[in-house]
Amino acid sequence: MDGYTTSELWSIFAMQGFSGLSLLSVLLLMALGLAIIFGQMGVINMAHGEFMAIGAYTTVMLSKVALEYGFGNYYFLFAIVASFGVAFLVGYLVELGLIQHLYKRPLDTLLATWGLSLIMQQAFRSTFGAKEVSAELPEWLMGSFKPTETVDIPINGVFVMGLTAVVCLGVFIFLFRSRWGLRVRATTQNRVMAGAVGINTKKVDRVTFALGCGIAGVAGAAFTTIASTGPTTGSLYIVDSFMVVVFGGAASLMGTVLSAFGIAQAQSILQFFMDSSMGKVVTLLVIVTILMLRPEGLFAAKVRR
Amino acid sequence: MMKAMYQNMLGGRSGMIGLLILAAIIFLVLPLGLDLFRLNLVGKYLTYAFVAVSLVLLWGYGGILSLGQGIFFGLGGYCMAMFLKLEASDPESTKIQTTPGIPDFMDWNQLTALPWFWEPFHSLTFTLIAILAVPTLFAFIIGYAMFKRRVGGVYFAIITQVIALILTILIVGQQGYTGGVNGITDLKTLMGWDIRTDSAKYILYFINGALLIAVILVSRVILGSKFGMLMLAMRDKEERVRFSGYDVADFKIFVFCLAAMISAIGGAMFTLQVGFMSPTFVGIVPSIEMVIFAAVGGRMSLIGAVYGALLVNYGKTVFSESYPELWLFLMGGLFIAVVMFFPNGLAGIYDKYEKKLFTRKPRKGSASAMSSRTLSDPQPGPVRDAASPPAKGMGISNQPVN
Repeated sequence: MDGYTTSELWSIFAMQGFSGLSLLSVLLLMALGLAIIFGQMGVINMAHGEFMAIGAYTTVMLSKVALEYGFGNYYFLFAIVASFGVAFLVGYLVELGLIQHLYKRPLDTLLATWGLSLIMQQAFRSTFGAKEVSAELPEWLMGSFKPTETVDIPINGVFVMGLTAVVCLGVFIFLFRSRWGLRVRATTQNRVMAGAVGINTKKVDRVTFALGCGIAGVAGAAFTTIASTGPTTGSLYIVDSFMVVVFGGAASLMGTVLSAFGIAQAQSILQFFMDSSMGKVVTLLVIVTILMLRPEGLFAAKVRR
Repeated sequence: MMKAMYQNMLGGRSGMIGLLILAAIIFLVLPLGLDLFRLNLVGKYLTYAFVAVSLVLLWGYGGILSLGQGIFFGLGGYCMAMFLKLEASDPESTKIQTTPGIPDFMDWNQLTALPWFWEPFHSLTFTLIAILAVPTLFAFIIGYAMFKRRVGGVYFAIITQVIALILTILIVGQQGYTGGVNGITDLKTLMGWDIRTDSAKYILYFINGALLIAVILVSRVILGSKFGMLMLAMRDKEERVRFSGYDVADFKIFVFCLAAMISAIGGAMFTLQVGFMSPTFVGIVPSIEMVIFAAVGGRMSLIGAVYGALLVNYGKTVFSESYPELWLFLMGGLFIAVVMFFPNGLAGIYDKYEKKLFTRKPRKGSASAMSSRTLSDPQPGPVRDAASPPAKGMGISNQPVN
């Protein structure tokens, strides 16, 4: 780190920190969905990245339509909702057709959803083409502001951050403050007892899974503001988001948020000082080492299994 | 003694027939029926079969799903490739480089001396030992760290996957030391013996086949022994085995190391037959594809795994040549179908129909027939999934970690 003055270092940290925050947002939204599906239900959804891609493609399509009819400035808020809806619906159907038969066999779910992800990737490629597409960002999302001379913060990053915070809060309220969340948690803790007290555990599973997918869809919408979308976009994030969930401690929302923050920041700051592949390698290695020392993750939820 | 060997190694009558058929296909039918180009392709597929066989041991019998077998396949392959590359880049044939005598990709990346970890690969003996030892040691470290802490099931799968990812990024990123994304290419001779000639290709194919059969035999012996029984017991009721006084972790580490070694042999043979090694065979995607070979063949069947590897790869070659669009759909569908409808794979289907065809066998009650049934290859009965000893949550037990 020599060759930089202290103030330069601070600017680098601030800017890499903020670019880390955009990565954090997408990663966190992905991981939130996974934390619900994996943490609450114990299902490994390898196709989670493709649900993100569904959201992203929905947003891109909507932006095209919006430009045509000239309401390009407002479509984005609607696109977020639509991305959630489409991904939720597909997730619901996937649970119905595939996942519900495999709850007792977690490793098989992993393989089946991997197969699903291959099919979805090819479907994207056949429908939207192999080239990456990007959404037309509304004007108010473009540009950046400069708090100091050397620091430059893009507005879309800040917007996505806000969105992430809102979704986090929503998930928290849903899981820990609502009737539905109560049922979800009851089912997680003791499926048989939950069934015995009259909770429709199958329906809970279905909605929980679909909700996780829907949040991945929102992640996709957020993703369009920072990069363009291709058929394999989702698969680039799947391993990272699994790392976030496992590292944070499955079933712990707080852990997921903190570990997403840690991983994204470490990656982004390390990538500035080393080359980008080494930054990633070091981050992943550190996580794997910590996981070997503390397999239950940072925050282990106290759940009777 | 002879009888015990017959039962354990060959798996009794049905096991022996299966093995003989496989040997006949590998050594007679394919070499006689295919031209050299196709045979070389089959040879390549058979190197994947090593990994599939290792996954039968590890996943089918051990209940440990590793999504990182590509790591070991790759390590074995890279060890072999490093030796061959050093031989191919003697000072004479690399004299146009700035630094003659080092592999070409190092020269392109402005390296002026051979990195220290390449030095020992001048020796064939060291290379052969390294092919077996490096992946095994690596597997031991991973296995020791994870199984001693009772990490298993899904967590193990995810972490092995991440390690595969790390290794790929490292190989791709460190071009000067590893050849980067292209891998190690232009391999020519093994101790002066040109591996690109037709005769060499035939010889390597047969060596590969013989090694594969040997690996299957060794695996059979292991599965037929008390150890194999323990593995099944561990897969189905890990806690109970632990409470009976066995150190479950040690057994798991052993089988993980064994699987790594088998995969590495496959990797080394791959390099010899195909003539290069690249990170595309290390990462997440190939590692998961290798699991599907085992799943299609039948996760409980050593021989089935070989057929699985052959068929899936044949399908991949045919479809990606003529209908590249369809291939991913098919592959994905295959994953789903195998998991949902044929959890025992081809071996399971074969077993079902074999029973219908040979219903005349009445000796069900005899003890030896029973025991050979449970241990012999295509095992009937429902497959219980690996990581689902109930009450075990996601592979991490609630007991304090010691």
